[in-house]
Amino acid sequence: MHYKRKALVTDRVFSLVVNSFLFISLVIVLYPLLYIVSCSFSEPQAVMAKKVWLFPVNFDLVSYKAVFTNKQIGTGYMNSLYYMVTGTVMSVLLTMLLAYPLSRKEFYGRSVVTKLILFTMLFTGGTIPLYLVVRNLGIYDSRWAIILPNAITVWNVIIARTFLQENISDELYEAAEIDGCSDIRFLVSFVFPLSGAIVAVLALFYAVGQWNKYFDALLYLQKQALYPLQIVLRNILIINRNTPSMTVDVEAAIRAQGLSETIRYAVIVVASVPLLVIYPFVQRFFVKGVMIGSVKG
Amino acid sequence: MKNALNQPRQLSLGRKMGRHWQFYVIVALPMLYFIIFKYVPMYGVLLAFKRYRVSQGIWNSPWVGLYQFEKFFKNPSSLKIMFNTFSLSMYALVSSIPLAVILAIALNETGSKVWRKSVQMVTYAPYFISTVVMVAILMQFLDPALGLFNAIRASFGKDSMNFMGEAHLFKHIYVWSALWQNTGYNAIIYLAALTGINPELYEAAKVDGVNKFQKIWYVDLPSIKNTIVIMFIMNMGFVMSLGFEKAFLMQNPLNLQSAEIMSTYVYKMGLINSDFSYSTAIDVVNSIINIVLILTFNHIAKTKNKEGGLW
Repeated sequence: MHYKRKALVTDRVFSLVVNSFLFISLVIVLYPLLYIVSCSFSEPQAVMAKKVWLFPVNFDLVSYKAVFTNKQIGTGYMNSLYYMVTGTVMSVLLTMLLAYPLSRKEFYGRSVVTKLILFTMLFTGGTIPLYLVVRNLGIYDSRWAIILPNAITVWNVIIARTFLQENISDELYEAAEIDGCSDIRFLVSFVFPLSGAIVAVLALFYAVGQWNKYFDALLYLQKQALYPLQIVLRNILIINRNTPSMTVDVEAAIRAQGLSETIRYAVIVVASVPLLVIYPFVQRFFVKGVMIGSVKG
Repeated sequence: MKNALNQPRQLSLGRKMGRHWQFYVIVALPMLYFIIFKYVPMYGVLLAFKRYRVSQGIWNSPWVGLYQFEKFFKNPSSLKIMFNTFSLSMYALVSSIPLAVILAIALNETGSKVWRKSVQMVTYAPYFISTVVMVAILMQFLDPALGLFNAIRASFGKDSMNFMGEAHLFKHIYVWSALWQNTGYNAIIYLAALTGINPELYEAAKVDGVNKFQKIWYVDLPSIKNTIVIMFIMNMGFVMSLGFEKAFLMQNPLNLQSAEIMSTYVYKMGLINSDFSYSTAIDVVNSIINIVLILTFNHIAKTKNKEGGLW
């Protein structure tokens, strides 16, 4: 009896520890996000006066007006959408084309191919040799330079191969083969229709990667008209941070600075909204992808 | 046709390949990608042993042996750069895994499903913020005049501080912001491993009368040990290549002495100074350290535990 009571006490302490930890984690992650959103909706002067702590102060949409009328952000958005859609379609297709033969033991030479692609995970030519290849191919400073050089991620190939091995049965393949179904036909008529889940996972991984990428654009693009959103953001949010104000009038300078502060918060919100809005819907696919990926081999 | 299916082992090499020739058509395009964008650049590694002249191309540029490597190792800042890279990665690695494991265990242990889902969803969200935006958020929050952190400091009567300009703070800012952003995402895999634990183990533990702390120590942690080791080794593979994008954005003249890492140095030497050969040589050094690290840790994991290695 005494022992049981003791166990009850430790279990209560335990659940207190667990739930406080979760609560603290929640607050630490959530508060900065709320703060950013609140600042973006606040009056610039209120942000300057550091009056914003949790909720917007003197609700104001002036920063959003400035963001939505900014041409660079508009073009960046459209370019990023383009890179995301075309890049994702191409990457998913190439990944599936590689993963399907690798998932079939009838594919003679699959261990050689597997080793060849795994080797590229361990050793790469590096930044400059790849840069030279891109230049020599004549795709430098074109949209292809954003889409092609990193089209396939080896890790995603492994995830897709593992999924296909587990979800497309040997019996199905053999039955189709006996009925005279060719390997290409099997890919089109069986593999793709049965791979909705993995195609969704791959599409998500590639789409998120493509949307957030900025370094390839920094390396391979010079034309401003081709800049993806992340490069535009980098220019607005990071490089132009400490540009001294040209205004002589101190009052006006402070007001302008206040606006530039809230504009930055608004830019952060606008740039993050697309992924943050869709992610609750795609979360389960993400979890699935990570879990397939964790299967050893 | 049917006979052939019954005796697949007696087929000659040519027939084995011939019967499934379409596989080769299917992989042709992806393999072309690997050849052009992965294997051709490996040929470019020759640059590290040459003095590259654009007019002469890679092959015809003069050989200089190990000159570029000597240049790197004789440079007094090289050691500092290697140290920065290594310490930053190790710091990130040893802090991210335990925190993710703790979060996963806490999520697994809490009673309410709604509560668990909410915490998971919120802690997961920052993963979707891009690197550029993430660094911008850091700069907003740590701004000497207007940042939230200095506003909090001010409310305790402390002077404002230029966090991003303090070299010794760079790695803490880098790592702790990464923890903020990725812990929720990193926890998924351990949470998945925890939910996969055989319920009989819990029954047995209950019979033995363990409390919940003991249950975690004797059942949960040993059960997910292999997952932890695999994640550790996999991350080891990225130790030296880690974080170019974020470190590069966070750099400024004031923090550069601790913010300069191998990949940012490669970029600056190669594409800003146009010293292609030198830059490639540094990349090679980086790759070698990386490979040695991953092979070493995989070996250690395997000797400790047969199932523990990545391969």
